Amino acid sequence: MIKIDNHINDEPEYYQLSVGGEIDASSSIHLEEGLKNAMQASKKIIVDLAELEYISSAGLGVFMSIIQELDNQNIKFIIYGMAPKVYEVFEILGLNQLISIKKDKEEALEAIK
Amino acid sequence: MLSQKGIIRLSVILGIIFWSLFTIVDLMALFSELNNIAFGIPAFVSNLLLTLFIISLILFYRFNIGQAESVNFVDLLWRVFVSGLIATIVTLSIEFFFTVFASSKVGSNTLVINFLYHINIGLVIAFLVSTFIVWKRLILYQKSKSLLAAWQLYEYALFGTLIFDLFSHDYQDPAFLAVYSILVIIGLALSFNLKWIAYLNFKQKWRSILFVLLVIIYIWYFFKTLMFFSERVLLVRDLLDSVFILSLITFIVIYCAIALLVILFNLPTTSVFEKKLEEAVNFQRLSQSIPAGESEEKVYEILLDSSVSAVYSEAAWLQISDPNKNVEVTLTHNLNEEVIPKIAKAVNNSRFKKILNSDFERNPKSLKISANLKDVNFRSILQFPVTVKGEKIGVLALLKEVNDGFNKEMIDIIDTFVNQASISVENFRLLNEAITNERYKEELKIANRVQNKLLPDKLEPCAAYDIHAFTQAADEVGGDYYDVYQLDEERTALIIGDVSGKGTSAAFHMAQMKGVFQSLVQLDLDPKEFLVHANNALSRCLESTSFITVSFFVIDSKTRKVNFARAGHCPSLYYNAETGKTEYFKNRGLGLGILRNFNFHKYVQVNEFEYHAQDVLVLYTDGITEACDNKKEQFGFERLQNALTKHAHQSPSAIQQGIIEELYEFCGKESLNDDYTLLIVKFN
Repeated sequence: MIKIDNHINDEPEYYQLSVGGEIDASSSIHLEEGLKNAMQASKKIIVDLAELEYISSAGLGVFMSIIQELDNQNIKFIIYGMAPKVYEVFEILGLNQLISIKKDKEEALEAIK
Repeated sequence: MLSQKGIIRLSVILGIIFWSLFTIVDLMALFSELNNIAFGIPAFVSNLLLTLFIISLILFYRFNIGQAESVNFVDLLWRVFVSGLIATIVTLSIEFFFTVFASSKVGSNTLVINFLYHINIGLVIAFLVSTFIVWKRLILYQKSKSLLAAWQLYEYALFGTLIFDLFSHDYQDPAFLAVYSILVIIGLALSFNLKWIAYLNFKQKWRSILFVLLVIIYIWYFFKTLMFFSERVLLVRDLLDSVFILSLITFIVIYCAIALLVILFNLPTTSVFEKKLEEAVNFQRLSQSIPAGESEEKVYEILLDSSVSAVYSEAAWLQISDPNKNVEVTLTHNLNEEVIPKIAKAVNNSRFKKILNSDFERNPKSLKISANLKDVNFRSILQFPVTVKGEKIGVLALLKEVNDGFNKEMIDIIDTFVNQASISVENFRLLNEAITNERYKEELKIANRVQNKLLPDKLEPCAAYDIHAFTQAADEVGGDYYDVYQLDEERTALIIGDVSGKGTSAAFHMAQMKGVFQSLVQLDLDPKEFLVHANNALSRCLESTSFITVSFFVIDSKTRKVNFARAGHCPSLYYNAETGKTEYFKNRGLGLGILRNFNFHKYVQVNEFEYHAQDVLVLYTDGITEACDNKKEQFGFERLQNALTKHAHQSPSAIQQGIIEELYEFCGKESLNDDYTLLIVKFN
């Protein structure tokens, strides 16, 4: 099960996406949709993964597939609040080297300024 | 034992012998009486001979007249008619003889008259016995246990009268009357078993009436003739003094009378019974499953035919349109297809429209409608949706030229027909689906076999190490990969990989990985170069959301060193035999296909270590560390580490078994839903 919420802030301007639950092969489609919408809506995106319990390789594939696009469109993209287990998965794959990951929302907001 | 044919033949011979003896004895007795000579043989003997003659006849007909079946009721009655006819013709010729020779000596000779009377007796008894046996067959059609018992009681009682008759009685004798009345009462009770009549169709009923009437006429005629004899001359024997014969005649007449009335009263309802029978047959035709290879259309044809005949509708159509299954059928009965839209419009405009669905199953898309129509050739319509698996796939419409042409009964029967047709179609489709699924399964099995060939079928131990591998896919095919390549005499390349996702798409990517490995490894590249090239190659062929993680090792037995790099794959586990400690190699790395540009080389870090004898290297995929127990806790790195420490002193295959057992113990084999692979290398 996956839970996705979005919140658009005006001052300071950013687009917040909250993803919780589990991301597996079938639910990764919703994640992809959420990220695509965010990228269309804003140049400053922060993704709250605090409620995320599990992410499968299919879910990682979704994050991976947007890296090039983020770069091309000059979108600032920050992930934050991950549980250690989830962070570990990002780290093993090496995604932490390509996507900037912060501890909490404050740091994330600082980073997109 | 005698065969049936033997018994029939024997009974005919015995019958003729007993009748001849009986006639001779009687005539001799008469002759002595007429001439006042003392006759030595008592009357008892003649009675016995008559009884034996009757028994022979019973035997004969018992075996000669078969069981009643619904097809041969009229045939049975026909036999009775024929035997009656023969007896009547003979009796008539005897009468004719008397008329011709009435005044002559021969005509008034008592002996001649008695002889002719005996011929008559023989024929009449034969007729009575044959009729009795036929009646028995008819009464016992679809017999119950109690009916059979009642009948047997009656039969024994009747045969008992044969013994009673051995001793001459007068019909005014009270004992005679008592026995006779008892038999009549039982016979009357039994005569109400007329189930066979229900199975006669209209024509057969008329024929049965005719035959039964003829039987009554025969008996009346025989009775009259016998009376005529007994009044006219001195008879040595009067057949009407026998309880057996009288009971038999009474029973036959009673049954005839009752059967006649019942058939008459059943005549008007015959068509209803026939209709029901037809409906049952149609229902059965509909419920028969369609043999594979035939089309559903057969069911629709039967549905239309059965429905039309069940409700006497003048015209009908059945339209099936199921784009999912590519079925488009329009069947009509007495109707031009072009009229259908016109009638459908008339249904919409109808002011006398009844919706027959019950409230809770009312779905505006599949309504059962009964309506009266205007402005078209038909006055009423009954329209039913044909549904399969809850989806409406078509409409059955029945038309009549009168208003309110469809009653509750008809609606019910159509409902049943339509439901049954739906079930038949559903079953047919399920069967086809099952066949298709079976084919897919077969394909997957082939894919599984092909994929197994992509993995090395046997890992050869070499000078440097002993090796053992274990892999399991969640589906028929998986995305885990490992391979070994002997670079030269001293060096071996080793790879383990895991494709993101699982199932068929992962299996395709895994095959690509195999191609990339086998091509690049030939070039004898160092781990970093190998990974950079592999990333370049895979970036061009993987889907945008797919990536592959690998660990690549080059083992050199001469320097006893291992060079390795990790591309996003789970950190390899290493057991140091000297210290007895187990740890993970946590060098940096990035999965293949994630960064599809020239920057990838920045993320590759090559490590090197020296191995010693008894050290163990464990390569695995995340299916192992991410396997969860029922509380969703993962098996994790720590458990894997401990498991290796525990089993490291054993052989590679024993280490593998030990780790997998602990994994299964932790989470249960069934709950594993990812591909998982374990590769154990033990250095020498």
